[in-house]
Amino acid sequence: MNKTAILEADQKTVDGIAHGNATVLAGLYSDYFPMVLNMVLRNNGTEEEAKDIFQEAIIVLYDKIRQGNFTLSSKLKTYLYSVCRRLWLKQLASQGRVYHDVDSYEEIIPVEEDLAMHHERDLQLSMMERALDKLGEPCRTIIHDFYISNLSMQEICEKFGYTNADNAKNQKYKCLQRLKKIFFTAVK
Amino acid sequence: MMNEQEFITRAERYLNGAMDNSERIAFEQYCETHPEAAEQLATHRLFLQQLKEHADRVAFKRTLSAVAANYQASPVIAARREPILVTLWNKYKINSLIAASVAVVAVFSTLWLSGYYKTIQKTTTNYSELKRDMNTVKKNVNAQNAVIRNINSEKLKDGQAESHFGATGFLLSANGYVVTNYHVVKGADSVHLQNTKGEVYRAEVIYEDPSHDVAMLYIRDSTFKALKATPYTFKETPSELGEDVYTIGFPRDEVVYGQGYLSSRTGYAGDTTAYQLSIPVNPGNSGGPVLDSKGNVIGIISGKQTGIDGASFAIKTEALLKSISAVPVDSLDNRPTINKRNTLHGLRRTEQIKRIQDYVYLVKVF
Repeated sequence: MNKTAILEADQKTVDGIAHGNATVLAGLYSDYFPMVLNMVLRNNGTEEEAKDIFQEAIIVLYDKIRQGNFTLSSKLKTYLYSVCRRLWLKQLASQGRVYHDVDSYEEIIPVEEDLAMHHERDLQLSMMERALDKLGEPCRTIIHDFYISNLSMQEICEKFGYTNADNAKNQKYKCLQRLKKIFFTAVK
Repeated sequence: MMNEQEFITRAERYLNGAMDNSERIAFEQYCETHPEAAEQLATHRLFLQQLKEHADRVAFKRTLSAVAANYQASPVIAARREPILVTLWNKYKINSLIAASVAVVAVFSTLWLSGYYKTIQKTTTNYSELKRDMNTVKKNVNAQNAVIRNINSEKLKDGQAESHFGATGFLLSANGYVVTNYHVVKGADSVHLQNTKGEVYRAEVIYEDPSHDVAMLYIRDSTFKALKATPYTFKETPSELGEDVYTIGFPRDEVVYGQGYLSSRTGYAGDTTAYQLSIPVNPGNSGGPVLDSKGNVIGIISGKQTGIDGASFAIKTEALLKSISAVPVDSLDNRPTINKRNTLHGLRRTEQIKRIQDYVYLVKVF
């Protein structure tokens, strides 16, 4: 395979990741996980740790793709390996464990910026997660059904047994306002 | 100014693109005229966007976890990093085993080749056999020969065979049967006997008994003439401690007299077939007769203990005769006849020696 062919194949994978395509993700595992597993095992790690690292690396990739500024400047393999390596070094350092030089035979590109962005995003979205948790049921489900699942007010009304759609609308509005309040207070 | 709930409802319709043209324009105009409404719209849009992203990410994570759970950590067998010693050992196990076995073989074969084990056997016994290694006196003999050659160069020729060992033997019976030690004639090519007059006879080993360290020779030489009966007799009954004994032998090329006493009824390491004597003996005395003051042969000098002064050993006459009784006498053309009459009794020591020395030989082993 020449370079453009590889890039094309990688681009397909990127699109698959953006849509959370399970087949594409399975492909990522079979193609790239052994490499990461090897790297982690050879540097004082276990298979479980390798799995966690790889999973996080895919989420980093997902965040970057969803941000819309992902251009394939290198092979996907190189990108994933670099991210995993960086993550693993960080974990080793945080645990104060000794490590041999993780610099290995694979090519490496700088990924610090992406990791920083991913971290920030993790924070933001965990804030949303906490807000939703705090909101409680049935508000959480109503919000999810209306805004994410795109159910109509009529369907929501039937699902939750409100007497009419207006009641449901009011309820949804109250829920939204509360969520907003919790969320923005937390942000501030 | 509409209330907030109504505005949000409209804003959502606007963001979803559910408004028709005229309604949208009206809404946009409303936002333009009310800056706080525009701000609210922007915030709401951002909020909804975050909500959606969160939901997407949660969904993505769920899918990813499912995929990860399905994924079987495949063919890469965990290449666990082992301690460096273990790795090295696994790598060089075969080499080191081979090296070790080669070393072991080399060590033991070298020891064996260099005769280490024989030496060990010798040294651990502390028992030294008293045959004389002629090589050590060879130089002296050669020097002597050279001198003699200078005096009388025609008589002596080069190329004389050199004996390897020298020891002592004595006549058992006057018709040519001589006894000595087994260790003297062990591995011999040929044996020659030399008497005190310097006459040399060829002899043949006719009997060997390694367990008693006894050997019997027969002089098979045309120049040998049977002597008169041996002046000494053989005394089979045990001798007493402290008994005065003497021996004559050939620790050098000349006959040498040695005197001592019987110091123990048993030999080396409690050997009951031998006596311990306190008598000066040296390599070459092996096979010499041990006589008591009355001229009875009570044993044969066989060795001494190294590191201990005055511990020489002699095989008892009893053991000697018992051993040689195994010789099939009937098959011999000339039977040994052991003298029963002692002609030494009552003589002075010097007279005794004078009579005995014709019956004692220097045994040369080639």
